[in-house]
Amino acid sequence: MTLEHDDLACIELVELVTEYLDDALPPGERDRIERHLAGCDGCATYVDQIRQTIAAAGSLTQEDVPAPVMARLLDVFREARNSGSGG
Amino acid sequence: MATWDPGPVDQRPAGAVPADDATLVAALRAGDESVFVALVGRYQRPLVRLAMRYVQGEAAAEDVVQDTWIAVIRGIDGFEGRSSLRTWIFRILTYQAKSRGERERRTIPLSSLLAADGEPDGPVVDPSRFLRPDHPRWPGHWSAPPTAWTSEAEARILDGEVQGVIASALEALAPAQRLVMTLRDVDGWTAEETCVALEISAGNQRVLLHRARARVRDALETYFTGSIDV
Repeated sequence: MTLEHDDLACIELVELVTEYLDDALPPGERDRIERHLAGCDGCATYVDQIRQTIAAAGSLTQEDVPAPVMARLLDVFREARNSGSGG
Repeated sequence: MATWDPGPVDQRPAGAVPADDATLVAALRAGDESVFVALVGRYQRPLVRLAMRYVQGEAAAEDVVQDTWIAVIRGIDGFEGRSSLRTWIFRILTYQAKSRGERERRTIPLSSLLAADGEPDGPVVDPSRFLRPDHPRWPGHWSAPPTAWTSEAEARILDGEVQGVIASALEALAPAQRLVMTLRDVDGWTAEETCVALEISAGNQRVLLHRARARVRDALETYFTGSIDV
């Protein structure tokens, strides 16, 4: 595919987003992506929405440890610590 | 009690886990219960998720995790710090879960989870949203770019309803994708930690995460734009 300049096509960029966000791309590739993002609203929006998706997943409420499970573990913890050794 | 007052019960006990392993291990050895409770709170769900790779059902996975914590308590004095404490805990879990899974002959190799993903190399965004490769001016550029979410939509992203959309989207993913995205984005693991815990390559990890995030973004896009065709 011949492009007029070293720009990435959007269809290629969307496949590189995860490597880009993990900072797993060589510096040259990273620069190409940033140049593209600076001039492409569609891709900038896409990357922004992936970031928001990550943030939203990170805010999912985690269930607490069931109280009986925690109580049992605390018993074991106290017993092991009070006996003064791990055995 | 002669111990310090931790104040009101923290709904996010993870905050009470010391950031560096040396302090954390010293606190556990000294019998600091608040640190232990916080540590269990932080890793319980990821441990259960990981255990479910090896044993059938959540109840069996929870048993494995309980045995893991007991092994952690009994083994903490012998912990030498050659790996991070987290890596050590997850190694114990993997060992416990594998031996139980083998006893039950129920271990699901990750390779079969990966295979169950189907479409291994397809694009993550519908190709019809881009101009054709033979387009004279802008081959492969967006023809139907994503619409920026409104600030109202963004503000709602933490609402219960939107959280439900994300949870269902995660639930609908292929198991290996769900596991990787949950560890990385819900539990906040690094790529490296995820690879070590799941015994997969960096490349595999990234492909699974890439597909998973794209799917969950799609679900949010569908939700925010209603049933409007894009």
